[in-house]
Amino acid sequence: MSVLERELNEHEKLEQFIARIEAGDKIEADDWMPEEYRMALIKLISMHGISEIMGALPEKEWVPKAPSLRRKLGIMAKVQDEMGHGQLLLRVAEDLLKPYRKDRGDLMMDLFSGKLKFHNVFHMPAKTWADAGVIGWLVDGAAIITQTNMLNASYGPYSRALHRICAEEVFHAHHGESIIMALAEGTEEQKQMLQESLNGWWEALLMFFGPASSTTTGSSKQDVTIKYKIRTSTNEELRQSFFTKYIPRILSLGLTIPDPTLRFDEEQKVWIYQQPDWTKFKQIITNNGPRSQARLNLRRVSYENNAWVRDALSAASN
Amino acid sequence: MTELNITTNPENKAAVVSLLFQLADDDFLYSFRGSEWLGLAPHIEEDVASSSISQDSMGHAAMFYQLLEELGLDNADALAHLRPAKERRNSILVERQNGEGYYMDVPKYDWAFAVVRNYFYTAAKKIKIESLKNSSYEPLANVAVKVNIELYYHLLHWKTWFAQLLNSTEDAKQRMQAAIEQVMKDFGDVFSLGTEGEKMVEIGLIEEEKVLVQRWKEQLKPVFESLNLSIPEIPASPAANGRNFEHTEDLESAISTLSEVYRIDTAASW
Repeated sequence: MSVLERELNEHEKLEQFIARIEAGDKIEADDWMPEEYRMALIKLISMHGISEIMGALPEKEWVPKAPSLRRKLGIMAKVQDEMGHGQLLLRVAEDLLKPYRKDRGDLMMDLFSGKLKFHNVFHMPAKTWADAGVIGWLVDGAAIITQTNMLNASYGPYSRALHRICAEEVFHAHHGESIIMALAEGTEEQKQMLQESLNGWWEALLMFFGPASSTTTGSSKQDVTIKYKIRTSTNEELRQSFFTKYIPRILSLGLTIPDPTLRFDEEQKVWIYQQPDWTKFKQIITNNGPRSQARLNLRRVSYENNAWVRDALSAASN
Repeated sequence: MTELNITTNPENKAAVVSLLFQLADDDFLYSFRGSEWLGLAPHIEEDVASSSISQDSMGHAAMFYQLLEELGLDNADALAHLRPAKERRNSILVERQNGEGYYMDVPKYDWAFAVVRNYFYTAAKKIKIESLKNSSYEPLANVAVKVNIELYYHLLHWKTWFAQLLNSTEDAKQRMQAAIEQVMKDFGDVFSLGTEGEKMVEIGLIEEEKVLVQRWKEQLKPVFESLNLSIPEIPASPAANGRNFEHTEDLESAISTLSEVYRIDTAASW
């Protein structure tokens, strides 16, 4: 009887939970939540957090090289913000991980083992200064679109973190846009550097929003995150918003988008475009992208190299 | 106070320029070494905190280069990026690399060295900036007031790390002791004012080296005493004095990284 009673209670709890999120109520860290919801949040938020931290690596390559004192200050502040977002998000993830007695150290281990993935864009090389601009402008621009989609997430701590993050991402997009404008209005060499950078990033930017449905790559979190009101729009809707916002801006700078099939279909009111190579996407997010192993290795070596500091700090606090 | 004559007195102007280059080049390199640590600090919170310090320091360098630009030298960006190592005035301490390896590869940086260098350097900078608040060169005195406010936090940050690591595991203590030794080897020119030093003191730009050194020791004393350490000696005659354009190879490679993009086209707008 006790088993039956517990099952009924779990069922009731789930009903109440669904009613709460349907009513637009926010779920807090200590509230009861279904396992599926907790797992979806952990996966989403730890991936988001660790992506911010891994995302600092391609950009930091350009911090010392930034071509003026003003640009140096700008990009330093930008990369620092990304690390700050990583910290904020990992703290949200850590609260969710408590019942499993796991913490940030475990997330780091999951990253190293390949269990925890990071965004496809941060597996790509940042070869020139123009890449630093494109990351700020278009990668952060894409991130603003996906994150705005979750601003009203049913999970309160994530929603609040995203409000703060999005406010800063707007500055990042301006920072990137300012770098891009200088290049677009600059010398032939600068223009060429910018065009090459766009060519290199275009496919990765399309991939950033994820496949349109799980049939493309075999799995997708979007259905469960929509069900629990963590997000509202689908991957494809977000990609379309990105096109609508950025295609006119890219073209106005005199750049060519590396997709001759790209056009807006007036009847269907959608952008028709060349699908990115989703097999390649799967390769990239399973840590087989151009810079995946190098960046993971850098993170791993610095983690091991600083192990003595963590030991010293825990000894000092005991 | 009568205004310092730098318009018709070239010796006075040379002293101001030399001092400004020392300050600007110091912070430019110090900030660069800090920014190489980006993403690699011992924990994420520290990454955020220390990159804030690197940013402030780059801001200080920019203000000092700006004062040079206003004195009719080249524009601040050109001064920061294009001058070769043999024209730089920074101390050897700030040009030293963070540890083994280039930041673009897989560097193995030494956090103990970072903490000791940053703490000792910041303490020295604070002493100098306090003195510069009363500088006879008013534009510099004004900048010193702004810089001083931020230095309070920088100093507190590095002092905390310094005491914490020296108060923890045996391993950490040993690493810190080794780092103190290493840092002190390069400390000989930090307070040096270079060949124009006497002139600087004579015209009231800054106080003399031995006064500044004494204050630095007094400032560190309580921290060292609480850790049962004696204040290390500053080398009397350093093998190389950065204030007089003597440098190591570490500076060459630092400048080449810092100016890589700027040098693609120095006339272009970036």
